[in-house]
Amino acid sequence: MDTAFAQRRRRDLIVAACLAFVAALVPLFVKDVYVQNIMVLTLMYAALSQSWNILSGYCGQISLGHALYFGLGAYTTAILFTKFGVLPWFGMVGGGLISAVIAMALGYPCFRLRGHYFVIATIVIAEIALLLIQNWDWAGAALGIDIPVRTDSWLTFQFTRSKLPYFYFALALACIAWFVTWWLEDSKWGYWWRAVKDNPDAAESLGVVVFNSKMGAAAVSAFLTAVGGSFYAQFVSYIDPESVMGFQYSLLMALPAVLGGIGTLWGPALGAVILIPLTELTRSFIGGSGRGVDLIVYGTLIVLISLARPEGLVGLFSRRRKGATR
Amino acid sequence: MGLLYGLIAVGLALIFGLMDVVNFAHGEFLMIAMYATFFLFAFFAIDPLLSAPLVAAALFVFGAVVYLVIVRFAVRAKANAGMVQIFSTFGLAIVMRGLAQFFFTPDYRSVTHSWFGGKTISVGGIFLPQPQLIGALVAITAFVALYFFINRTDFGRALEATREDAGAVALVGIDKNRVFALGWGLGAALVGLAGAIMAMFFYIYPDVGASFALIAYVTVALGGFGSVFGAFAGGIIVGLVEATTALIMPPSLKSVGIYAVYLLVVFVRPRGLFGSM
Repeated sequence: MDTAFAQRRRRDLIVAACLAFVAALVPLFVKDVYVQNIMVLTLMYAALSQSWNILSGYCGQISLGHALYFGLGAYTTAILFTKFGVLPWFGMVGGGLISAVIAMALGYPCFRLRGHYFVIATIVIAEIALLLIQNWDWAGAALGIDIPVRTDSWLTFQFTRSKLPYFYFALALACIAWFVTWWLEDSKWGYWWRAVKDNPDAAESLGVVVFNSKMGAAAVSAFLTAVGGSFYAQFVSYIDPESVMGFQYSLLMALPAVLGGIGTLWGPALGAVILIPLTELTRSFIGGSGRGVDLIVYGTLIVLISLARPEGLVGLFSRRRKGATR
Repeated sequence: MGLLYGLIAVGLALIFGLMDVVNFAHGEFLMIAMYATFFLFAFFAIDPLLSAPLVAAALFVFGAVVYLVIVRFAVRAKANAGMVQIFSTFGLAIVMRGLAQFFFTPDYRSVTHSWFGGKTISVGGIFLPQPQLIGALVAITAFVALYFFINRTDFGRALEATREDAGAVALVGIDKNRVFALGWGLGAALVGLAGAIMAMFFYIYPDVGASFALIAYVTVALGGFGSVFGAFAGGIIVGLVEATTALIMPPSLKSVGIYAVYLLVVFVRPRGLFGSM
């Protein structure tokens, strides 16, 4: 491995640790619950987008159906907790494993598809799952599941009095997702994925097991997304099919990565930090009229940003950095 | 119904096949067309059938403008071109939905008392709703016209040629942007036509496009990208599948059949039914 790359990786790790530390201190100064809520969501979407980025950014298999895994995580946790009294922690891992298995089972036929055919297949599969859940009475059908409130504790992962525990968990989740990406970037898988993304045929001829590496990416990505879904279920303590499996969630997971820089280590986090507060603020400040002004502003921003910075905002930093070293 | 899906999808297929651009605002184009039809009816009492050409013409202009203002730049992007197209057109879809909510409010509207609305006609003992029948006729006519347009006119040939190799086309003096803008206009015009017809028997509200958009993508992909005929055939299949599923499953699950058929087809034939490439 060349030394510049090793250096960059070490620097990335240090920067991440510093950022995480600073982020952990923020709630000490920001007491406003509304702002804390936005921070929790931002961290959650950073984690989700990072997971999405593993399959779609690094491996190049653009999925617009990740809401399926998000919903699976949320539903597994909620059902296990409300029907069987199983603690959310097990639901989290269980939901993650179920999602990973399902991702691989779906990947088996889907990874033969290329381009738009694959993208549409992912949307369609998530949509089928959504419709099935909406019609499944045992799982609450279209009404969803209300998670009963117990006492505040880490054991049941419920906190009614403060958002801080959620904040720290979301921060941990974002850090884990980032670290997994960082770690995979330099692993055999990471190299395989980039090869598959650039040119699957050439990769195959060089001995990359294209199919298996796509499966690996799908499993990791789905697992992490489902954990995010479990977290969300506990955070809002009420889920219904549309609010955890709707198509807009697939897009919300993809958008930060696209905005920040698809297939990059920092892209999803950067994108989430910009996009999620923006979404929330436009919604609460100008969306109140119910006349769609927030949609107009939000949509215009998406169009402008995606046209102006196709390679993502991360490109801004790397260009400046390159200029500085020269 | 299948023929109308076909008509919506042909417009999308034209854009898809033309330059491999995904128009995620396609459903919103449909929504705009339906609103235009509604207002022409509400203010000027123009029957949807008569306003269809007007709406199609308006959408033609709209489509061309969207290409020139947004898509032209999205196609030019060097990095992540696919994602840029998805998100710029998706952003446009959000804006259009927001605008519709702003100007038209989220209320449901419908065109009442059109010439054919609510009437049925009996063919061999089977009662068919007249608006749908008219829609089917319009769809077939439009499809035939489009077929000749693409295969028999200079513009159609320019369109095909530009799709094949935009660089070479520039050498013989064809302006790529003009051809593509016209192609987008044409695609939008077809959706406009479909929207005008559908306004006769569907409620009109800001999110109406979203419910048809996914079906349109599925239809195009089912037929195979790059094949306008495939999109039309795909539309008929989708219509039939939907009707069949509605018979055996609860209505809320009727789209599941369409999606399942799509998955089955592409798993067996990853290029869609009539896909070239």
